[in-house]
Parts: sequence; C-alpha cells; structure tokens
Amino acid sequence: MILGFSDDFLGFPDDFLGFSDDFFGILPPFSRPCSPKLGPPRPRQPPQKPRGESKSFAVGMFLGRLNAEQVFPYPSVLTEEQEQTLRELVGPLSRFFEEVNNPFKNDALEKVEDETMKGLKELGAFGLQVPLEFGGLGLNNTQYARLVQIVGQHDLGVGITLGAHQSIGFKGLLLYGTPPQKEKYLPRLATGEWVAAFCLTEPGSGSDAASIRTRATPSPCGSFWTLDGEKIWISNGGLAELFTVFAQTPVRDERSGESRERITAFLVERGFGGVTHGPSEKKLGIRASNTTSLHFDSVRVPAQNVLGGLGGGFKVAMNILNNGRFGMAAAMAGTMRGLLQAAVAHASTRTQFGAKIHKFGAIQEKLARMALLHYVTESMAFMISANMDRGDPDFQIEAAISKIFGSEAAWAVADECIQIMGGMGFMQEQGVERVLRDLRIFRIFEGTNDILRLFVALQGFQGLGAQLRGVQAALRDPLGNVGVLTGEVTRRLRSWILGVPGWIFGVLNPEIRPKEEQFALKRVADAAIDVYAMAVVLSRASRSLNSGLPTAQHERLLALSWCQEVKPGISGISGEFGNFGGKFGILGGIWVDFGGKFGEFWGDFGEN
Amino acid sequence: MAALRVLVGVKRVIDFAVKVRVAPGGAAVQTQGVKHSLNPFCEIALEEAVRLREAGAAAEVVVATLGTKASQETLRTALAMGADRAVLAELAEGAAAGPREVAVALAALARRLQPQLVLLGKQAIDDDCNQTGQILAAILDWPQGTFASRVSLEPGAVQVQREVDGGLETLRLRLPAVLTADLRLNEPRYATLPNIMKAKKKPLEVVPAADLGVPAGPPRLRLLQLQEPPPRAGGEKVESVESLLGKLRHAGRI
Repeated sequence: MILGFSDDFLGFPDDFLGFSDDFFGILPPFSRPCSPKLGPPRPRQPPQKPRGESKSFAVGMFLGRLNAEQVFPYPSVLTEEQEQTLRELVGPLSRFFEEVNNPFKNDALEKVEDETMKGLKELGAFGLQVPLEFGGLGLNNTQYARLVQIVGQHDLGVGITLGAHQSIGFKGLLLYGTPPQKEKYLPRLATGEWVAAFCLTEPGSGSDAASIRTRATPSPCGSFWTLDGEKIWISNGGLAELFTVFAQTPVRDERSGESRERITAFLVERGFGGVTHGPSEKKLGIRASNTTSLHFDSVRVPAQNVLGGLGGGFKVAMNILNNGRFGMAAAMAGTMRGLLQAAVAHASTRTQFGAKIHKFGAIQEKLARMALLHYVTESMAFMISANMDRGDPDFQIEAAISKIFGSEAAWAVADECIQIMGGMGFMQEQGVERVLRDLRIFRIFEGTNDILRLFVALQGFQGLGAQLRGVQAALRDPLGNVGVLTGEVTRRLRSWILGVPGWIFGVLNPEIRPKEEQFALKRVADAAIDVYAMAVVLSRASRSLNSGLPTAQHERLLALSWCQEVKPGISGISGEFGNFGGKFGILGGIWVDFGGKFGEFWGDFGEN
Repeated sequence: MAALRVLVGVKRVIDFAVKVRVAPGGAAVQTQGVKHSLNPFCEIALEEAVRLREAGAAAEVVVATLGTKASQETLRTALAMGADRAVLAELAEGAAAGPREVAVALAALARRLQPQLVLLGKQAIDDDCNQTGQILAAILDWPQGTFASRVSLEPGAVQVQREVDGGLETLRLRLPAVLTADLRLNEPRYATLPNIMKAKKKPLEVVPAADLGVPAGPPRLRLLQLQEPPPRAGGEKVESVESLLGKLRHAGRI
C-alpha cells in the first residue's frame, strides 16, 4: 500500500503507480491504512529495499535534490545510422500527409478516407515500433516521436487512429506479450491488416480504472476464459480485429487461500465470437477516428491469451499508458508547429492600418508565446523519449508532465492562432477550428490532466516518504550549486513539500479533507511541471549552443524568455535571469522571417 | 530482352518546398540544415525504370549519382523506391560538379555496367542546366531521347514520345540509348517506410569520382555569382486601360 490517502479520495488501487519497483513498500508518513473497498491489495511482496536511488529529475525535485543526469546534458540517443533512417522516413511521411491525406474530408466523413487508410497501411504507419523481425519498422521512442510529430501537425484524427492502434492498442503485446503471442499477432498488426484497440473504460469506470466490472471467468478445465462486459469510447472499436481487454478475474490469494477479484488483461480477437460494437459516437473532435462501445457477450478467450499474467492487468494498463504519453506530447508539439505556421502565414500577409499585422506588438507577443509553448513541449517530448530509449527506468512523472503540459499548451496555441487570424480563424476552410476541436480531447483521455496532476504530486511524495529525514537536510542546502533553478523554486517546492501534506491531513475536518488535498496536490503538481519545463528548455538550449546549431541563438532566447517572462504569469515561480525585456518582439519576428517553418533551420531530428 | 539493365542517374537537390537563400558571399546557397531530396525529374526517371522492371521488360535497375557522402541518403531513397542497387561516385567534401563532370562519371559507369538504357531527369531543379543527358549521350555516342513523356521498349530499340514546342514527337532509338524524363512521363510512387528499411540491405557501392575519370579541380562550368532576386516592388493601380497602356509604353514594355 503506497498511496493510502483516504478512503474515498482517489480510489486508485495501491498499484496505481505501479510501474517502478523502487517504490513498493514505501510508506509516506501521512499514509493511512487502505480500506478494502479501494480494491484488492497487491499480493504482499516481502518488504523491499529501494533498488537504488531514482535518477528521475522529477523524483529528485520532490526530494529537494538535483538529479541532473536524465536532464543535463540534453540526451541524444540516436546513432548516426538511426538518425539517417529517421531523416529518410520523415520525407515520405510528410509528403503523404501533405499530398494524399485530406483532413477536411476525413473530418466531414467522420472516418479516415478508405484510400488514405490503405495508403497509411502500405506506407508502414501501422507498425512503427513493431520489431523488424515481425514486419514493422523497429523504431525506438525518439524516432517514433519525430514521426508522430508529423502526424500531429497534419491530422489528429488520423493520429488517434494510428495511436489507438499502436500506442495503446497493442503496446501491451509489445511490452508483455509472450513469444508465441507476438509471433501470432504482430505481423498482422504491423501491416495494418489487423487494427488493434485498447479497452479499459466502462460506463461506470473512467479515471477510477480499478472499478471496472467486465469480468472473465475461468472454465473448469482451465483452458479458456469466458468474458462478459461492456466497454465505451473505444477508439478503433468498430475497426479493430484485436482488442486488449481489461477484466476482473478471480485470483487466489497465496496466503489466505481466499479468492479475490484482480484485473487481468486479455488479447481478444473479434473472431472469437460474441464481440460486437455500437455505432460510431458523434464527437466534438477527432471525428475521423472511430469511437464505439464494445460488448463482450460470453466471449471464449483461450487461456494462452492472458497478457502479462493473471491478476497483472492493472499494471499492464498503467504501463501501457505510461509508455505512450510521451507520444502525445510529441503529437501536440507537431500540432503547435502547424498552428504556428498558419498563424505566421496569416500575420505576415494580412494588412491592417497600413501594415502587415505581424509588425504589431500585440501579434508579436502572441506568436512569441506560442513559439515558447511549442518549444517547451517539443523539448519535453524528446527528452523523455531519449530517457526511455536509453533505459532510464523512471520517466513516468516526466511523461505525465509532458502530456499535461503539451495538451494545455496546444489548446492555448490553437486559441491564440484563431485569435491572430480573427474572423478567418473562425471559418472552417482555414482548418484551425478543426484543430481546436480535435485537440480538446488530449486534456481528457489517457488520464485526464486533473488525475495526472494528482499522479505527479502523489508519485513525487511517495519517494519523499522514504527519504523524509534526508530531505530535510537536503533542503537546507537547496539544489547544491545549480544556481539557475534555485531560489524561488526551491523555496516554493519546499514550502509545499514540507508544509502542506504533513499537517493538512491532521487538521482538516474529514468532510472537506479530500478536496483540500486535491487543491494542495494540484499546486504541487503545477510547481513540478514548471520546474521541469524550465530544466528541459535550459538543457536543450544549452546543447544547441554547445553544438553550434544554426538555431542556437534563437533557442537561447526561447529558453531565457520562458524562464524569465512566462513563468511568473503561470505559477508565480521566477528564475534569476536578469531582464530580457523585448524578447517577444524578436521571437515573433524570427518566426515570421522563417515563414513559420522551423524545419528550414531546425537542425536536429530531421528536416521537415 | 530480359537481361536489359537500366542505369538511372539521380541528383540530390534542395527540396522544392524550401525557400532557397543565398549564403553570405554570394558564392553558394545555404545548404546547412536545409531539407534536401531526390530531384523530382530524377524520381520520374527512376519510376519509369522500376516500372520497366516490374513489367518484365528490364532485369535490373541501377541508380547512380555523383556527389559527396550526403548523396548516399538520396541513393537510399532511390533504393527504397525500387532500384536494385546503387553506386555513389564520391566527391571529396566541399567539391562541386557541373553537368559535364556528372556526364563523365555516368559515362564511365555506363561502360562498366553495360546498361542498354540510361534514364535521367530532364534537368535538376537547383541549377536547371538541362545538359547532363545530352552531354552523356555525346560522350557515349549513343542516341538520345530528351523530354520523354512516353517510353516503350521494343526488341533492340525504344520508342520515345517527346514533348517539343510544336507538340509531340515520336522517335525510335536503337539501344543502347540515353533518355531524359519530362514531367508527364509518370507519377512517381512514394517510398514506403518498410521499403526504406529494406533498402538499407540493398548494395550501395562507393567509387571515388577520380576513378571514373572525373577531373580534379573546379567544374568546367564556373559559377560567377549568386544573387537573391530583387524584392518585389509594390504594384500600382491605374484608372483606365489607356493609362495602363501609357504606363507600359513608358516603361518600355510594349
């Protein structure tokens, strides 16, 4: 039990955060026993010693410690050959989206056009991370992120179709599949012959994923399971042939001998029989993607189709989501790039009051802020993908931060893009209103940003629990010698970390306690997001300056502007960077100069 | 006929969508961090060759280029689009080449590889020279069919429909021959991502350009200066056709 805040607080089972064994068995000082109704406890493992210190920057942040290793210097993981491969892949994929895919038509038809779908399959877009031996492209996370950016730039509806398939639909198979399971399914999935879907959400179970009611019962002989239940809002629900389905299953507790309900993941083929789907949902955005309910009516699932072990379903689900979030940040970075291009194209051609409107400070500031949000999101996405690629085990807080930040940044950028374009932006033909509709869901799905903020804060505190004594000492010498992140940031984090949870649970009336906890946790999460964002851009800009990229001076401005001028407006945290007033005009101007096409002078990650 | 080999010459150019900028000094354009791709007319030539092979009319498609190491990327793209193997006639970093140098290298490769057909793009979109195919045919002393908009093989010959000023001209050339592709010859396919991965396993031979007789030193065609086009001067509204004609006359346009 690691998260036992209060009975009716979040209702996560105790392995909600169950990705890193480092943390199991660590009790935060404020934790209290978990009531049984919260869900079954994990089978008790013998108390584990922490497996060495986490190297996560975010974990370190909560400990008042600078874990610089994952963040500084900005990680580069691609070999020369991988970079070359990436450059080769970027061209055809971009071209496909520029010349073949029609986002307007997909949106109007509420499906990806048949020819486009066929083209995407031929193109190989359905098997980006499937290993080469199974017919995929075998891309690592960084390469994947770069390609997802292109998709996000052009059509989020297609992005969701592809993402529901490979980022969550069969990611469980990649992460947990047995060799026979992989051999059986991956080749067909890689070519898109079979589409996959991820089935967790139910009518009565959203953020509280542990409360699902879909059930699988074992046959007396043990050779198959009978699956019954209903899932809703399943992307690709009407297209998929293979479903990763989460269901309650009876699992015998080793110690007590009692049978308890635990979640298990299953690979379910549509062809097993008893799988039906409802009509396509009418949605605000991502209309091109297919969303349906799914019904499992006495579906016979062979025992060998259990994924990730009996009772291991919750962990499978959370790991799938944790492993996919960086991709959402990458997609959002791409979306913002497209929005910036649209805004710049308009601002540099529209004349009012006798001048192109990009000459006006009000527009320049908007463009500059948009460019900043894009830069931060992109920098987060590629830092996390690189952390994952080089095998850093703890990236989950950072991944959640990137999803929160990216989806909110993209919303703000789309909103400002429309504002810059004025009445034009409001018109369908510009395509920006579609982008605004399409990206709204990113703040909701795969963990709402609200739940993810709690997750960021709680996960952070979890490490703190184990280290509290050390922390107090560490915080007296905040962040050692790294001046750039000290001062205000540390002071605030310290006040939250030490000030809030320690006593708030004790002094508040239980009737208001859960809310109060969430207020506090949300603010802690915001502070963590801000600190991480600053670290990421400082790191990336430093790398660009060190390696003399043509964009280096521009990035220097972006990073400094972010830390100096934007932050105080968002969370009240400010860095110590002196006065860099007037940067917005310069930044806005640079985007206009380059026609909004960062790619033309964007040195790394391939040209676009 | 089945053993017919096609040699396709290709060129790495700045992508058509990039706004080209002159580098300081006026001796070159900016290439650093700029997207490059396979010259579109070369893509058309390659597509035609691959279609000939797919139709069984050709046995092998070899793609070649004269360029620096960076051109390997272009050759990989060509391999992903369907070429069987590639040859890079490698120039030293920073060295330049013009149509004559390219033609010399391709002629040496043609003698070595014995293709019955050499296909090129009619011109490259960077320098728009439109000379390489013609010079190559002259060096080899082969017949040439430029600006091809339709190509069909016959035993020992090739029929070429050419787009000329007055309309279409159809020629029958004895093989071996040099053809250059015009825009309407075909619509090239996309390199699919799986084919890009597979292309990594296809053979790519690197030969020093000097070994193919490409003379050292600057290319024969000397580039004197590059200039940005002058910024467009603002337009002017006129009241009537008469005043328009008057102004045009005054400007010496009519």
